[in-house]
Amino acid sequence: MLEIKDLYAKAGDRDILRGISLSVAAGEVHAIMGPNGSGKSTLVQVLAGNPAYEVTGGSASFNGKDLLSLPPEERAQAGVFLAFQYPVEIPGVSNAYFLRSAFNSIRQARGEDEVDPLDFLDYMEKKLELVDMDIEMLSRSVNMGFSGGEKKRNEILQMAVLEPKLALLDETDSGLDIDALRIVANGVNTLKRPDNATIVVTHYQRLLNYIVPDYVHVLAHGRMVKSGDKSLALELEAKGYDWLVEPQGALA
Amino acid sequence: MGGSIETLVNREYQYGFVTDIEAETIPRGLDEKTVRLISAKKNEPQWLLDWRLKAYNRWTTMLEPHWSNVSYAPIDYQNVIYFSAPKPKKQLGSLDEVDPKLREMYGKLGISLDEQKRMNNVAVDVVMDSVSVGTSFKAELSKLGIIFCSMGEAVREHPELVRKYLGSVVPHSDNFFAALNSAVFSDGSFVYVPKGVRCPMELSTYFRINAEGTGQFERTLIIADEGAYVSYLEGCTAPKRDTNQLHAAVVELVALKDATIKYSTVQNWFAGDENGEGGIFNFVTKRGKCAGENSKISWTQVETGSAITWKYPSVILLGDNSVGEFYSVAVVNNHQQADTGTKMTHIGRNTRSTIVSKGISAGEGNNSYRGQVKVMPKAAFARNYTQCDSMLIGNRCGAHTFPYIEVQNQSATVEHEASTSKIGEDQIFYLTQRGISKENAVSMIVAGFCKDVFKELPMEFALEAQQLLGITLEGSVG
Repeated sequence: MLEIKDLYAKAGDRDILRGISLSVAAGEVHAIMGPNGSGKSTLVQVLAGNPAYEVTGGSASFNGKDLLSLPPEERAQAGVFLAFQYPVEIPGVSNAYFLRSAFNSIRQARGEDEVDPLDFLDYMEKKLELVDMDIEMLSRSVNMGFSGGEKKRNEILQMAVLEPKLALLDETDSGLDIDALRIVANGVNTLKRPDNATIVVTHYQRLLNYIVPDYVHVLAHGRMVKSGDKSLALELEAKGYDWLVEPQGALA
Repeated sequence: MGGSIETLVNREYQYGFVTDIEAETIPRGLDEKTVRLISAKKNEPQWLLDWRLKAYNRWTTMLEPHWSNVSYAPIDYQNVIYFSAPKPKKQLGSLDEVDPKLREMYGKLGISLDEQKRMNNVAVDVVMDSVSVGTSFKAELSKLGIIFCSMGEAVREHPELVRKYLGSVVPHSDNFFAALNSAVFSDGSFVYVPKGVRCPMELSTYFRINAEGTGQFERTLIIADEGAYVSYLEGCTAPKRDTNQLHAAVVELVALKDATIKYSTVQNWFAGDENGEGGIFNFVTKRGKCAGENSKISWTQVETGSAITWKYPSVILLGDNSVGEFYSVAVVNNHQQADTGTKMTHIGRNTRSTIVSKGISAGEGNNSYRGQVKVMPKAAFARNYTQCDSMLIGNRCGAHTFPYIEVQNQSATVEHEASTSKIGEDQIFYLTQRGISKENAVSMIVAGFCKDVFKELPMEFALEAQQLLGITLEGSVG
């Protein structure tokens, strides 16, 4: 489904990714772990097309498409979804309008008919249950005045609505209490299907108790330093990252 | 975020076409003879000519104001054509007799009169290059005693009303541009809603500047008698031109006891090209007087066009318990400059005013909010709430706020809130990551920002305004 080869990227003058390769097949859950500044968030931001980063080498193909040549909206339309670490506030735009616009934009891109507001509301009801959100959240401005947990749940709600083929979760566990973490993880697990895949970026092993990965990869200084199965996460929990990460001096 | 956030919008001004209609034009320049000529062409009574001359003489002693935060090359007032009227082929009895070329032009603008009459329940009095060419729904309105006609016709048919109220809110000597307008105004709209009558439809005028180099000097006067209600819509488009076009309109509103006037504007005049060439100079004086108790005047404006906008729709709150409102969205892109805001003058007791201003700056545009809240000594318990928000798109544009607050009564409450935000790459990325196109993302963010103003507009107007905003900002984000 996703084939990343020797990917390099920088933000401004700073090289962040230095040759990442990763292969993700349908039905798989991959966890990307690593210390702060290792490039794990950058990896998913680059895959989603964040213009703050510049790709300087390598490739990423998604279901045969050259992902890196597409603008963000076309990546989303192709089925790539990024759950943001810091969901953005859009004052004056209702959550319902935003969700329906996104839903219909993606449908349109696939040659399907737009869904009218009433039908969309029906559709939403089930999705709201999944993340334990009140329908009242739909009439509020996008992420405005939402608590940290509400913002993260809103991300998973969007994921539930848009039903992506590839979900990228960027530190979705950060700032969540244990209840919110359970709700979010339950949402992600419920949405898991044999024909979609998930990449979970996290600093801590905690989330992986709830979202169980098939593979765990460790990033350091923009490179993949180790890959393994879910036991690697537990090992990291016990030993920390230091044993995997060489000191980098000038390049840090 | 610099370079990348401002590469996008630059669709050609889509209403930039010229209609080939015979225009009756007088020579360039302005002196007493010009004023007499305009008055004579319109067969005006002596009192109106005298009023114009008084204004002209006053104007010659006045200096063009330069306190606003806009800059432009000096205007040569002797190089302006002060009157231009489409030559009527014959006297017009109904809209069917309107020049087919004009009708075609309305079609291009999407304002087919017939369709509007049938579907929108909107009476339209179209002003084209200074002279009204057709007025609709007149019969229906006149059954209720409502007068809705061109200013020229009002002078002929209702001189007592015009004489009583013309200049009663904006005196002929009010300011440089108002004096100029008073001297040379060509036409405009006149509305009178009698006592206790609620005007059953939105009254609407489309203004359009057509003949090249012709200044537009519209004069609009709206009177709501005791207990009356009227909602008036003004929308503008103009053809593309190389030379700057001077526009100095005056709008006067009078609300008597218990009356309400709602005045909405969507302004989309040619703003100049991406290099700042051409575009309309828009120096407008708009003022309403809440003359009676419990009266209310509400201005809503969406300003997207013009090279220069100089405009402060204001309310004089004379009657006790009267209410003044100002809701504004002003957008500048490329090299546009806008200095706009309002003046709320509280004179009566328990008077209330609300100001909501949303300024959006893109490209190298400069947007200034200038507002004055004045509470006079007798305005006990006056209240004002002002909210003034600016949004920046890119880093070459400017947003400025100049609030003036003057309170002379201790029981008054005046609140002012202001904010400045930047449309962020992060907001755009967030929306595009959900499959929404970049243009739609910008439109959505801007519409959200302007929501408090849009909700004051009549429904169709709100949709039009939202679209217009999208078009104006297209390409401002890359």
